[in-house]
Amino acid sequence: MNPTVNSRTLFDKIWDNHLVADMGDGAFLMHIDRHFLNEVSGAVSLKELDRRERRVRNPELTFGTLDHVLETVPGRGMTTRMPGGNDFLSEFVKRIVPHNIRFFDINDPRQGIVHVIAPELGIALPGVTFISGDSHTCTVGAVGAFAFGVGSSDSEHALVTQTLVQTKPKTMRANLNGAVSKGIYAKDIILALIGKYGAAGGTGYAVEFAGETVRSMSMAGRLTLCNMAVEFGGRTGMVAPDDITFSFLEGREFSPKGQSWRDALAFWRMLPSDAGAKFDTEIELDCASLSPQVTWGTSPEHVIGITDMVPDPALTQNAVARASQERALAYGGIKPGQPLEGLEVSGAFIGSCTNSRIDDLRAAADVLRGHKVSASVLSICVPGSTAVKRQAEAEGLDRVFLDAGFQWRESGCSLCMSGATGGESFAANSRVIASTNRNFEDRQGPHVRSHLASPATVAASAIAGHIVDVRTFVRST
Amino acid sequence: MIPFVEVEGVAAPILQSNIDTDQITPGHTGMKVQKSGFGAGLFFNWRYLADGSPNPDFILNQAAYQGASFIVSGANFGCGSSREFAVWALRDFGIRAVLAPSFGAIFTANCYTNGLLPITLPEPDIAAIGASVTAASARLTVSLQDCRVSAPDGRVYPFKVPALQRERLLEGLDPIDHTRKRENLITAFQEKDAALRPWIYWH
Repeated sequence: MNPTVNSRTLFDKIWDNHLVADMGDGAFLMHIDRHFLNEVSGAVSLKELDRRERRVRNPELTFGTLDHVLETVPGRGMTTRMPGGNDFLSEFVKRIVPHNIRFFDINDPRQGIVHVIAPELGIALPGVTFISGDSHTCTVGAVGAFAFGVGSSDSEHALVTQTLVQTKPKTMRANLNGAVSKGIYAKDIILALIGKYGAAGGTGYAVEFAGETVRSMSMAGRLTLCNMAVEFGGRTGMVAPDDITFSFLEGREFSPKGQSWRDALAFWRMLPSDAGAKFDTEIELDCASLSPQVTWGTSPEHVIGITDMVPDPALTQNAVARASQERALAYGGIKPGQPLEGLEVSGAFIGSCTNSRIDDLRAAADVLRGHKVSASVLSICVPGSTAVKRQAEAEGLDRVFLDAGFQWRESGCSLCMSGATGGESFAANSRVIASTNRNFEDRQGPHVRSHLASPATVAASAIAGHIVDVRTFVRST
Repeated sequence: MIPFVEVEGVAAPILQSNIDTDQITPGHTGMKVQKSGFGAGLFFNWRYLADGSPNPDFILNQAAYQGASFIVSGANFGCGSSREFAVWALRDFGIRAVLAPSFGAIFTANCYTNGLLPITLPEPDIAAIGASVTAASARLTVSLQDCRVSAPDGRVYPFKVPALQRERLLEGLDPIDHTRKRENLITAFQEKDAALRPWIYWH
């Protein structure tokens, strides 16, 4: 046997394990092991399924929760200020229950953002195919799964058939090497990678994050990396499962138990890419030299280090890309050659499926402890799940946030996206620093300028009242 | 789904890269628990000024591009949120195909399930088509039968579409009904897989 011929990547192995039928010309019917519904896309897919009198083929492989529309203000109920949002909440709850789908509703201690609770509950497991009607579903590829977001129609397709038609993406390995310095987090790494290779750098690829930096990274960090694989254009992001993954998953509510766990573990240990496996593309990032990353424009690829200057579009060759950069600068009120440090902000947001896990809240709290946020900064922290919120409260982190002047919220997507989540927006024309994943035009409110950064950088900037180099805080605390 | 065989119509060039689904259908433009009726919200923040009047600078508001059937765009069109509302808004507005150097992966999948054709062409081709669809002559012909775009300047651009998606679009087939014909294969897969990975299946 020629080892190089039979060497496969992690992605290849998962792909091969899920083929139901060859549909011709590179398209395959693929089994979906886990399907998670939220109240936006899920309400539409269930309504259409009911209208056509179709049934859910495998309700036991399907889950549901509320994260998008649900408000995050303390004392929230099943109504939202989002226009039309109440219909999503009521339709979803009314329709999901009769289909016998496991549903974590507003009062369930397991409620939270899908991409936070799926690993937390052991629903996302190594080697599974995992879909949800949200683009950041790639987050849970961090446990070694093939996870990707789908629209409502494909969600309905999977509800009815437990399959989806997929063409095989190419494989890319992103080799992340070097020990990061203090004040640098997984968020800085993924932003820097997108900055280096572009928001379409991973288009057409399943991206495996590998290298020594990833191997020593916590599950929270890996989830942050994979979360923004979609911002890199990737079909999915993934990390090979290892002992960090297994110890994270062991004992979780829906993880296998006893002999089943041992059988699964033996199977999972075979999943990582073989030594001789060939990737279609390999890319590199030196993480040791990174400074804290902050975005300046309206695409995650518009990003620089905190000590760098905003680039001049005139230096960009491609006319379309140049026009897009010029538009972004005009939108943000930013000039080429200026630093981001010192830009005043009036909003600071810590939360979202990118950075709302307990590790993220601890990192932000480490910066905030003993400080007050600037009086001019509306500062909000939204834990990613009810379980994260309770864990943080058990550790006293809620007091750190509250004492510093942050709002302490219930879990959900919240101000990551105005209009379609949580019913809230930042004030029109304001400048906001956020631990989220999208700095798109109007994403967090009408003409709101969003700057993406790590939770620690967000916390430090909230204290300073302007964008700041978090390393000055990390050193002094 | 309306079949797509050959469509002739006006093409509007919006030559920006990374046009995300938040721009195509901003969250505040009235998402509803339904799959149609979203055309009025298409590119809402670009199409309308703060006072609600049409933005005369936006191409879809200009006389030459009224009733557009196609959009010609920069790279990574439809990136961002998985919201299928973006595809429904384009379709409901009358857009039948989008031409770009690359697309968001989820957007592409959503296009195919709704009969909207995403056409991937190299950047120089997109630049040439974008330059050819001027206000004086903005009509393209897109044939899915032949997989060709014919531009106003007479140039013809071949493109590729996966065979299964092409067949579904040409005939307007429902993907779910198409897959359900393979129900026996799905059952067989699950039985075999349950022996290999029993922890996936519980009851």
